[in-house]
Amino acid sequence: MRKFILQGLTSRPLTEPAPGPADADIQELGRALQTRLRRRLGRSLSIRAVDAGSCNGCELELSALSNPFYDLERFGLHFVASPRHADVLMVTGPVTRNMREALERTYAATPDPKWVIAVGDCGKDGGCFKGSYAICGGVGAVIPVDLHIPGCPPTPTALLQGLIALLDLSAPRRSAT
Amino acid sequence: MDGFTPITPERLRSGPTPRRIARRDDWANATEALAAGRLTLLGLWGARGAVHMALLDEASHSLGLLTLETEASFPSAALHHAPAQRLERTITDLYGLRPEHSPDQRPWLDHGRWGVTHPLGPAGPQEPQPPYAFLPVEGESLHQVPVGPVHAGIIEPGHFRFTGQGETVVRLEERLGYTHKGIEGLMTGASLARGAELAGRTSGDSVVAYQWAFAQAAEAALSVTVPPRALHLRAVLAEVERLANHLGDIGAVCNDAAFAMMLAQCGALRESTLRATATAFGHRFARDVIAPGGVTRDLTPAGAQGLRSLVAEVRARLPRLIALYDGTASLQDRTVATGTLAPALARRFGAGGFVGRASGRDFDTRRDLPYAPYDGLAFTVPARNDGDVNARVWIRVREAEQSLALLSQLLDTLPNGPILTPLTATGPAEGLGLVEGFRGDILVWLALGPDGRIARCHLRDPSWFQWPLLEAIIEGNIIADFPLCNKSFNCAYSGHDL
Repeated sequence: MRKFILQGLTSRPLTEPAPGPADADIQELGRALQTRLRRRLGRSLSIRAVDAGSCNGCELELSALSNPFYDLERFGLHFVASPRHADVLMVTGPVTRNMREALERTYAATPDPKWVIAVGDCGKDGGCFKGSYAICGGVGAVIPVDLHIPGCPPTPTALLQGLIALLDLSAPRRSAT
Repeated sequence: MDGFTPITPERLRSGPTPRRIARRDDWANATEALAAGRLTLLGLWGARGAVHMALLDEASHSLGLLTLETEASFPSAALHHAPAQRLERTITDLYGLRPEHSPDQRPWLDHGRWGVTHPLGPAGPQEPQPPYAFLPVEGESLHQVPVGPVHAGIIEPGHFRFTGQGETVVRLEERLGYTHKGIEGLMTGASLARGAELAGRTSGDSVVAYQWAFAQAAEAALSVTVPPRALHLRAVLAEVERLANHLGDIGAVCNDAAFAMMLAQCGALRESTLRATATAFGHRFARDVIAPGGVTRDLTPAGAQGLRSLVAEVRARLPRLIALYDGTASLQDRTVATGTLAPALARRFGAGGFVGRASGRDFDTRRDLPYAPYDGLAFTVPARNDGDVNARVWIRVREAEQSLALLSQLLDTLPNGPILTPLTATGPAEGLGLVEGFRGDILVWLALGPDGRIARCHLRDPSWFQWPLLEAIIEGNIIADFPLCNKSFNCAYSGHDL
């Protein structure tokens, strides 16, 4: 392991993104996000992910935000283990009827001010599961939603873009309180 | 054979799948063969006025389908064969058909919140349900730890009820069904295209495997021949999907032992895999690339080049990571002899994928019920007997290496030609699809009605036969090792709950 770490120190870091427009986008997005965050919340934003019945596709991309290519934490954004520590709930899935109460209780456990992002096409209105007896039909049918990030699933870049959009959106509400 | 007509792999892969209408004693014989270990349960599902059972004879590499027609009840297989329990509870929840003398009559997917009972059978208004009765635990100084459905990490929802004595787990009971979306209900009456869309959204990490299994079922029902290039491209997709999942999970298992470096390194390789998939097929998880009849998107030379670079990159980096895993004693201390699954239990439950293969059940659909193009490719199926978290990690490492070898072969031998056979859905017709996903064998049974629309489609995730084993392997381990055990299984919630 020592050898491995030494190799990591002396060779080019794996985490450094290869040059290319996509990676430039990520850097730019991250910087924009950081400026807005500092203004509104100090330095950081805590996110709690809630799977309300998704297929697991959105969870995979939310997890990817923490890999070395996106490295969400360098922007002061991080996922937390409890809704009580969260500023933002990122909710995925069409909200199954079996998850409705758990989602409501998670929302209630999140302190104000709080924002809700509905993630993915089925988080908007149930998506391809629309019309099923087993779903509520989107996050907005159960708790108030501030922003929707479309995609099936949204790419990590789209998720980062969504977080910026949320901060723009929440500005008036925040200054009023 | 015990009451059913054996279907050979050649027959299974070439046309409509026959099933036998069983008498009650045929059903009982099949159950007895399951209990005696002569047959393996591949699936058990309901329909309007019938229950179906899929059986595997591992010795002769053949399978069989039995149907028992019934409007009310059927002889319980779970009474003699525990792996059938949750499947029978699901049949009751969805169709209202009751297993006679079943040892466990609690609802499974139905949490009393759908507003309707037996939604796919004789639907009625919701009846109030008593609070879910977890199994009793008796003993001194016991305490319970309820976990979920909302978990601490970014994972799917489910409930785990631990009973501990000190740090040691004496019983774990799972409660699932939280992500039940009614997929099989939406399938009924849908077109094939819509069915393929839903199949691809059943379990987000197995998009390719599900869409391939669904396409196989449709192609078998309609006797459609898929162009060789399309079959090759499907295997490219399937191996890339397997590689991405294995890489991600090897890192995640190590992370659950607080070895974050492996997660970072493996996460980077996984990301490269997803990016190469997006370049080659237009979507990071290759959604809707596989369609009944072939594939909808051809591989360009640039896409193929991207995949070759990926294979080279993973080949170069993976051995160092494996050496790191193998040479870190503090990590091995957590994974070796933790969460051991006994071979007898793996065989009894017909555990598929790396869970079964790490515990001596040397079965892989690609080799044992072969389908094109795997019947013409060279690969080995790794297996071992120790069955602990470490064994499951090693099986996944070896499988990732096999996937790399398969990708090279596939890209070198990619035939030219069309990629899609246009098909017209006509019925009635029935077909069975069986595909090796990264987690194990995924079964799709499809019945088309006279109008060519879906009359019934059943999707069976490998997790059905792995989740109950997780309850068994945690016994005697400490609660703090549960995340490791759980991640080393990585069962699907959505694929199971449907």
